[in-house]
Formats: sequence, structure tokens, C-alpha cells
Amino acid sequence: MNLLDFVVLVGSMLAIAVYGTWHTRRHRNLSHYLKGDETVGWLTIGISVAATQASAITFISTPGQGYESGLDFVQNYFGMPLALIVVAAVFLPIYRRLNVYTAYEFLGHRFDAKTRLLGAGLFLLSRGLAAGITIYAPAIILSTVLGWRLDLTIILSGLLVIIYTVIGGSQAVSLTQKYQMAIIFGGMVAAFIILLTKLPISFGDAFTVAGSFKKLDAVSFSSDIHRRYTFWSGLFGGFFLSLSYFGCDQSQVQRYISGSSLRESRLGLMFNAVLKIPMQFFILLLGVMVFVFYQFEQPPVFFNQPAWHQAIQHDSDGKLHALAQEYTAAYAQKKQLIHQWLDAKHAGNREAEAAARAQALAALEHSNAVQAEAKTEMQATDPGVKSNDADYIFVTFILDHLPHGLIGLLIAAFFAAALQSKSAELNALGSTTTVDFYRHLLKREASDAHYIVASKWFTLFWGLVALAFALFANLVENLIQAVNIVGSVFYGVVLALFLVAFFLKRVGGTAIFCAALVAQALVFVLYFSLNISYLWYNFIGCAACVLLGLIIQGALGSTGKPAQALPAL
Amino acid sequence: MKSSEGNITPAEVPLNGKGELTSLPGLRTWRGVYIFVFGSFILWVALLLVLTVSFS
Repeated sequence: MNLLDFVVLVGSMLAIAVYGTWHTRRHRNLSHYLKGDETVGWLTIGISVAATQASAITFISTPGQGYESGLDFVQNYFGMPLALIVVAAVFLPIYRRLNVYTAYEFLGHRFDAKTRLLGAGLFLLSRGLAAGITIYAPAIILSTVLGWRLDLTIILSGLLVIIYTVIGGSQAVSLTQKYQMAIIFGGMVAAFIILLTKLPISFGDAFTVAGSFKKLDAVSFSSDIHRRYTFWSGLFGGFFLSLSYFGCDQSQVQRYISGSSLRESRLGLMFNAVLKIPMQFFILLLGVMVFVFYQFEQPPVFFNQPAWHQAIQHDSDGKLHALAQEYTAAYAQKKQLIHQWLDAKHAGNREAEAAARAQALAALEHSNAVQAEAKTEMQATDPGVKSNDADYIFVTFILDHLPHGLIGLLIAAFFAAALQSKSAELNALGSTTTVDFYRHLLKREASDAHYIVASKWFTLFWGLVALAFALFANLVENLIQAVNIVGSVFYGVVLALFLVAFFLKRVGGTAIFCAALVAQALVFVLYFSLNISYLWYNFIGCAACVLLGLIIQGALGSTGKPAQALPAL
Repeated sequence: MKSSEGNITPAEVPLNGKGELTSLPGLRTWRGVYIFVFGSFILWVALLLVLTVSFS
């Protein structure tokens, strides 16, 4: 980054902070603080929902996922359009009718206080862990841009997020999101175009290379449950994951219940249902094209450059230096073989093309093996180093290959999006703790001003918990997958609480409460003992909880709970 | 406070949304909107499948 980039970066961040703070300097009451002003239209809701889910993680981590594994991650989103239809048709009207602050208030209306607290508690646990993961996103940006150690940037960006959220509240979250999303998408499209102009081969050849290296396998109908992303795991597991995330996760419910009408909220959700798959495809394809680009431009051995430079300084036996040289040689050989392969293809020489292609594939495997050895060696030198560098790939590409000015603008937009998404998350954690625990259990009758102050203290508390988790956790997965794994472990049971509440009126609070505890324990046991795609845990947790609820209710007899609080479906 | 347990505010809209029009050109009912969304999902999966088969 040069001076122009820093001017654009600092100027953009200051403009966003001043704009958000000015527009949200007064919170009229608790509803306004927690839900926003309840006058927003469908496009703002749609973008707010997309931005809360997408955040900087999507824009930083997903291209890295595309670079490493190709397009197959897009299947993760196959269940989402169907889930959003169910949320819009069933969940949303009920929330609007009950006029709730949090989704878990509904569980209190339908079942009892303990089930409401269980639902809210599972949300706090899962979202609290996820908050610890997502706080990495702004830290990675700062770490790469400034060349600082990751733990320092985690603390710095974490404190920034906490201050921003506590000052701003819910409205500040959505106020600048549409502008940031516009900048990010504009920047991503610009990055894609610039990337294509920098490729030394044609667009068609780029697809040929990517396809031969198994980066364009977007859909697989494999029935192997150990395979992480397939059409089936995406459709069924992804459906339950999305249904739970959009229907029962307060960080999302808080976004769309703020619509000025049911129509606006529904259209906001449908906007996401139509655009999510193409959006993820585009971002993954960008990562695939970055992969192709780095077949003709030598990539670093390890994309987390601050960690690499630190490791090199402690490379007393010279192993890392030797591996770096071996990697350079492997890259040069691979590049030459790819050129030979494409030349043979253009000449129409099928035999030479097939031979060169096979050699290029072998060269890629050799290059990957050297890279893996270097990562192992780094971890042997410093066990604290995070071995997964996929989240650094796209940021590194931006910094090294995009024009100045655009770099500053994109980094500012990424960082602001990370702030916004973290802010939405912490805000939802704070509001759930306030409404479902503090107001419900400790202080039932107090002024709105008191609850706003309490909500800010709880937001601060959750921010510090997330910060501590980020500092001490060592992630094996990249960010986008880690967040989905945490969600999948908890979401199935949370979803079951709501599905039973909506559709199985004869099941009462005690039965579903016990069923949820047993089902959640079952998911934990299966997660640590089986090796199946994490998406299936959404289905398993949900099915186990519903079945157990029915069985336990059958054993208990009548619910004894009148159904007058239930909305008629 | 707008909401608390046992104090459910009256429905401001019909629960199933049937009475509310979408005000979208060509998609007057919510059922039509949902079918459109489902159709776009099928289209995207089909296009991704074509891409997979073409370059594998």
C-alpha cells in the first residue's frame, strides 16, 4: 500500500464512522435501539440480511476456498433458497404478529420460560463461538496490510468493533451497509476484470486449466456422506442450516423484523434467496481465477506473509530456505509444463496435450507437497502459527496486483464490512442476553434507558469473550468453513424447537426441553466420533430433537398447555 | 415496552400473508414469488451442472 491507499483507507473509515455515529447519536427507546427505526424498505433489508451473513469473511475467505478447493463449496448454499421461502411464508408472519424483540420470546409464548432460556442459551453459545471466529476477519486484513503479528491485530480490531457496536446499536449496523456492499461488489468486479487482463492466457484456456485441476467441479451427486460438499448435503443439510440461521438466529431475525411491513421483510428475504447462489459462485470463481493467475505468477510459499517472515528469521537450520528454493523450482517447472500443454492444445496435438497435461498435474501435486512440508516445518518451529493460510490469499492478491487507490478503497470496504457484521453479531448477543435473560429473570420492570445501558454492557461482555476466544483458539479450518461448522453443531436443535412450536402443537415445554438437551448431547457425541460432512448435523440434530420430543410427550401424556398464544397456521 | 410474555399485540397483517399483494409486476401473489424463487434455484443448479460436466 502506498500513501494514496492509506489516504483512501483512513478517509473512508472516518467517513463511515462519522456518518454512523451522527445518525445514531440518540436512541429513543429500547425498540429503536434493538430493532432500528422499523421503517426500512425491502432493498435495505435484503442488503442488510446479505451483509450480516456475508461480511468480510465471505469476501476474504471464500476466494481462498475457491483457490484451494474450487467451486464445490457453492453446494453449501443449495438449501438456502428453499429455506428462505419457508422463513418468509411461516416464520416471519409469526414474529411480526407477536411483535417480539428476539426470536426466543416466541418460545416463551408457545412453551415455557425454561425452553425460551434454552433456545436463547444455545444461540448465545453458538453465536458467541462464531463471534470469536469472525473477529479474525478484520484482524487478518490489518495483519496483512500492516505486517503486524495476528494476535496484536486481533486485539486492535476487536476493541474497535466493540466500541463501534456499543456506541452504534442496531441502526448503525444497517445504515452504511448498502454503501459498503456497493463498494465491495464494485471492487470485486474490478478485481475480476483486472485479474483477467493480467492473465497471460485466454479466458477459455483459464477455464481449461482450472477444469483440469479440478477447480470447476461445482456439482457432485456423490452419496458419500464423508464428502463435505455434495448436492445432497447442500440441499438437505444446507436447508436445515439456512432454515435455522435465517429463522432462529437472532442476528438475522433482528435484521428482517425491522421492515416497515411484512411485504418489505419478505421481499428482502426473497432478494437473498434469488441472489445468494450466483453471488457465492462469482466469489468462488474469482478465487479459482486467482488460482489460475498464480500458475503464471509465482505465489508465496505461505500466504500469511508476516508469519512466514517471522518463521524465516528463526530458520536456524535453513530448512525453510531450502524448501522455499525447492518451491520456486517446482513452480517454474509447472509453469513451463502448462505452457507446453496449452501450446499442444492450440496445435490440435491430442497426444502431446494429454501427456503435458498429466505432467502438469503431477507438477502441481509436487508443488503442493513442498508447500505442505513448509507449513509443517513452520509449525514445528513455532506451534502457535496457524497452518491454514487460505484466508490470506485474496488479500495478498489485492495488495500485490491491484492498482493503488482501488487497494485502499477495497481494504476500507472489507474492514468496514467486517466491523458491521461483527457489530450485528455482538448487538444480537447483547440484546438476547438483555431481553431473554436480564429482563426476563433479573429485572422485569425498568425503564428503556436502563435496558439500553444493560444491553451495551452485555454487548461489551460478548465482545471481550469473542476477543479472548480469537486470541486462544487455533483454527484448523478457514474462516468460512469454521463458522458453518459451529453453526451446524447447534442449529439443528434450535431449529427443532421452532418447528415443533409451529407445527406440533401437542408437544409441550417439558417434553421439548428434555428432547433438546438429549439431542444436543447426541450431536456433540456424533461430531467428535464420526467423520461425516458437518452439514448433516443440522438434519441429525433437528430430526433427533423432534422425534424425542414426540416420544417424551407421548410418555408424559397431555401437554396441559392451552394453545391460545399460538398463531393459527 | 412493546412486548412481553402474555401480552401479544394484535396482528397488524394477516398471518399467512394471503391478503397482502406483492405489488410486483407479473408476480401478484406470494405463491407466484415463491415459485419464481424456486425456478431460479433450479436454473442455477442446472447451469452449474453444465459447467461441471463441460470442464471435468
